[in-house]
Amino acid sequence: MLEQDWIWGFVGGLMIGGAGALFLLMNGRIMGASGIVGGLVDGSGRSNWGERLAFLAGLILFPPLLVGLYDHVDTRLTDNIWLLVVAGLLVGFGTRLANGCTSGHGVCGISRLSWRGMAATIAYIAAGGVVVLLFRHWLGVI
Amino acid sequence: MKRMVFSALSGALFGAGLLVSGMVDTVKVQGWLDVFGAWDPTLAFVMGGAILPMAIAWQVAERRKTAVLGTPIPDRLPQKLDRNLILGSVLFGAGWGLVGLCPGPAFAAAFLNGASGLVFLVAMLAAMVATPALRRALTPKGDTAWTSAR
Repeated sequence: MLEQDWIWGFVGGLMIGGAGALFLLMNGRIMGASGIVGGLVDGSGRSNWGERLAFLAGLILFPPLLVGLYDHVDTRLTDNIWLLVVAGLLVGFGTRLANGCTSGHGVCGISRLSWRGMAATIAYIAAGGVVVLLFRHWLGVI
Repeated sequence: MKRMVFSALSGALFGAGLLVSGMVDTVKVQGWLDVFGAWDPTLAFVMGGAILPMAIAWQVAERRKTAVLGTPIPDRLPQKLDRNLILGSVLFGAGWGLVGLCPGPAFAAAFLNGASGLVFLVAMLAAMVATPALRRALTPKGDTAWTSAR
């Protein structure tokens, strides 16, 4: 079963990369989720807010239209409110401080052979690994 | 108008890809980070699949100088590793590991995650709003690494 997950992962990955390629070649923008949203909420992206909003609208509203697929996905998100708040704050602050997240640094940065993108990706995967080790295997909270 | 259409299309395809790849499943994402437990390598296949078309796009883009709709191709930032990049990424990774959500999937699965997803989104957006002020407040005098917008 696991192997099938890898195939779907790869196919979904191609779609994600295709979306980034479209955004770059048509609009001349880097597809980074945290940058697109962050620029909207902190006002730094005022000059192209329309594009940002349109991207977000597609991102939020299109997946639910894939009924059958959408309804059968279980996101298995925790309902521990403290974990959610702390994680949300860390993700929001961290991605804006680093100027990118999994899509911006990971997908768009590494594919441009950017050292910054690679270093960021190594840093967030390593930190995530340590947190899972700590909170799952030592403390047992996640 | 064309810009909006292609933005929305990119967002839609991005969201569909996140759904198809399984990256909206927080346990799967945490499984990738769980190197000492039941490690799940799916995320590596997602990354590989995403980098492939994107690498080709960069090759094309850097030869063209401008995108089809006229915007210049974004410049390469100076390839300097600064404190904000690493500290920010470490903090982001910690939050990512705690609940298995990063910004893209948090939006793509907004209607799947229910109230929990909303709590995460509100906290994330609040932190994003506060980041410019926090960055300034934390700046040691005369240190430009913290103040630069990059």
